[in-house]
Amino acid sequence: MNFNRASEKLQILADAAKYDVSCASSGGNRKNTNKGLGDSKANGICHSFTEDGRCVSLLKILLTNHCIYDCAFCVSRKSNDIQRAAFTVEEVVELTINFYRRNYIEGLFLSSGIFKNADYTMERLLRIVKKLRLEERFNGYIHLKTIPGASEELIQEAGLYADRMSINLEMPTEAGLKTVAPEKSHEDVKKPLHFVNQHIQAYNSDRKLVLSTPKFVPAGQSTQMVVGATPESDLEIMATADQFYKAYNLKRVYYSGYVPIRQDSLLPSIGTPPPMVRENRLYQTDWLMRFYGFRVDEILDDTHPNLDPEIDPKLSWALRNLHVFPVDINTADYQLILRVPGIGVGSAKKIIAARQFGKLRTYQLQNLGIAYNRAKYFVRCADSPFASKDWQATQIRHFILSSSQHKRQSPQQLTLF
Amino acid sequence: MEIYVFDDTFEGFLTLIFDWYNRKPGSITVSSTKQYHPQAFSQTYFVVTDSEKATRVATGLRKRLSKEAWRALYCTFLSERPEGYEHLFGFAVYVFSGIVQAESNYGNEHVLFVHQMARKVEREKHHMEAFIRFQQTQDGMYYAPIEPKYNVLPLLAGHFRDRYADQAWVIYDHVRRYGLYYDLHSLQLITLDFQQGTNLETPARISEDYHEEMYQLLWKDYFRSTNIPARRNLKLHVRNLPRRFWKYLTEKQVFD
Repeated sequence: MNFNRASEKLQILADAAKYDVSCASSGGNRKNTNKGLGDSKANGICHSFTEDGRCVSLLKILLTNHCIYDCAFCVSRKSNDIQRAAFTVEEVVELTINFYRRNYIEGLFLSSGIFKNADYTMERLLRIVKKLRLEERFNGYIHLKTIPGASEELIQEAGLYADRMSINLEMPTEAGLKTVAPEKSHEDVKKPLHFVNQHIQAYNSDRKLVLSTPKFVPAGQSTQMVVGATPESDLEIMATADQFYKAYNLKRVYYSGYVPIRQDSLLPSIGTPPPMVRENRLYQTDWLMRFYGFRVDEILDDTHPNLDPEIDPKLSWALRNLHVFPVDINTADYQLILRVPGIGVGSAKKIIAARQFGKLRTYQLQNLGIAYNRAKYFVRCADSPFASKDWQATQIRHFILSSSQHKRQSPQQLTLF
Repeated sequence: MEIYVFDDTFEGFLTLIFDWYNRKPGSITVSSTKQYHPQAFSQTYFVVTDSEKATRVATGLRKRLSKEAWRALYCTFLSERPEGYEHLFGFAVYVFSGIVQAESNYGNEHVLFVHQMARKVEREKHHMEAFIRFQQTQDGMYYAPIEPKYNVLPLLAGHFRDRYADQAWVIYDHVRRYGLYYDLHSLQLITLDFQQGTNLETPARISEDYHEEMYQLLWKDYFRSTNIPARRNLKLHVRNLPRRFWKYLTEKQVFD
């Protein structure tokens, strides 16, 4: 491998791939049974963190940034005047293997601009994963982009070698997508998502009968939406996410705050900071849906179409539903304890386990590792005074915000001079 | 109060528990040889490690503990914290007291401590799985120096053996001065004699091998290119990648 050329390509093609925020290396279960290289960890591993605080788990690159499409939000769009490059199959394989051997990465995240046509691109991607799995006996994680419009035979074969496959929705609504990428539609995404999902289910049910059924996309599928490029509300974004989680059994939906990369009348102007707080609130909502038993319409509805940037969505829900509280830690069921702000899945389980041995008192709850300063307005312990103060939602909000103010300087804060 | 001193090994610690039940001295303080300071008004009892006694205690504990709790106990031992030994001892006595499911009474201080300390040790183990960086030496072996906060090397063996089954590697703990060596067939514990004055501070350029240097540079290229400057957040960066790991991280080494 020629160092100078590899280095140049790596810089161009990593730079072009970085707006795809998916970084997970979880859900893989490939074992190193052939005395080959690599072994997947169910939980995934973040091997490093860049200066923007995001994790580096996979070698995330494009095969090429040549592209026949001209989507306004994308760095690699046809009309953009940038350096173009393309890796050879061997270069991608060598980089992956050698980075992996040094414990830099968990595996490969391979995407690509569309060159010539969908099948031609998908066929190249497939060649790389086959070489990694079959020739290099690589058992590390591979996240592969499904190229919309590629033939079903190619997608199905790719599914035998990849751990995760994904296709990005790009914009949360069809209308939004049409304004910035008239050539694309959500339908193009739904079809292959559905196709892969059907095969995952089919392989899984075959495996119940025949143990040796090969793996097919064992870590499932994911998708990504760009947030803040088009004017969708948080409700629209989360409703779409919820719909896709349910319809295609997605493992993850990613929300990528839009980073303006050029001046375009359709999009926020250059220099607009990426909506990082909003992105964070969306992820919190996503978690509440997947692990805390919340429905979207409990958190967002037509009267509250957007998330509160100042407080997290769980606290926000609690303040709107004060009639549910206080929750008695010693008698409430698991689902209700999970809904208390400041108590997570781990602490909720610990509470359920610990209270079998006697009623829990305040100091014990504090030691369990919950965010007590937040939770205290919403719980009762064995030693809580019988009649606790009846705070208003606005008061609680104020207490919690002011107690956490030293940590976070609000950007909305006006300066005096 | 008597001080019970064991020889820093897990077997020694388990023997200590056996001897305590045997001698019934009431409440004691527990110390490892490394951390032991003689005290004027306390008697000291030096535990003689006995693998038969240790096995009996281990069997008894395993019978009363889930697999997870047994591992938590071992992890807490590996933390090498003086207060950890005290809590472990308290934990063992509580488990042997016959309370059903004792391990999940998080209201008990020893149970909670073991649980929380085990989490810290597991987190350090996970950090090592993530942040260990191998360099290939001239003879083809992959070498990684580490300085973990807790003694997690025993916990790492399986992970790296499964992952790098087709390459020879060494992971060396520079704090505790021992390492793991995998020779393509089996794992061995090793100690290396570094000469006085060997520079362990900067990751030594072990080989002048062109490829090693090339991949290090390519990795740094990648690390820089995948960053999004508009989202710069150094606070989060340092929180996720604490400074104490930077010393051995290829991507955090400044270009020369």
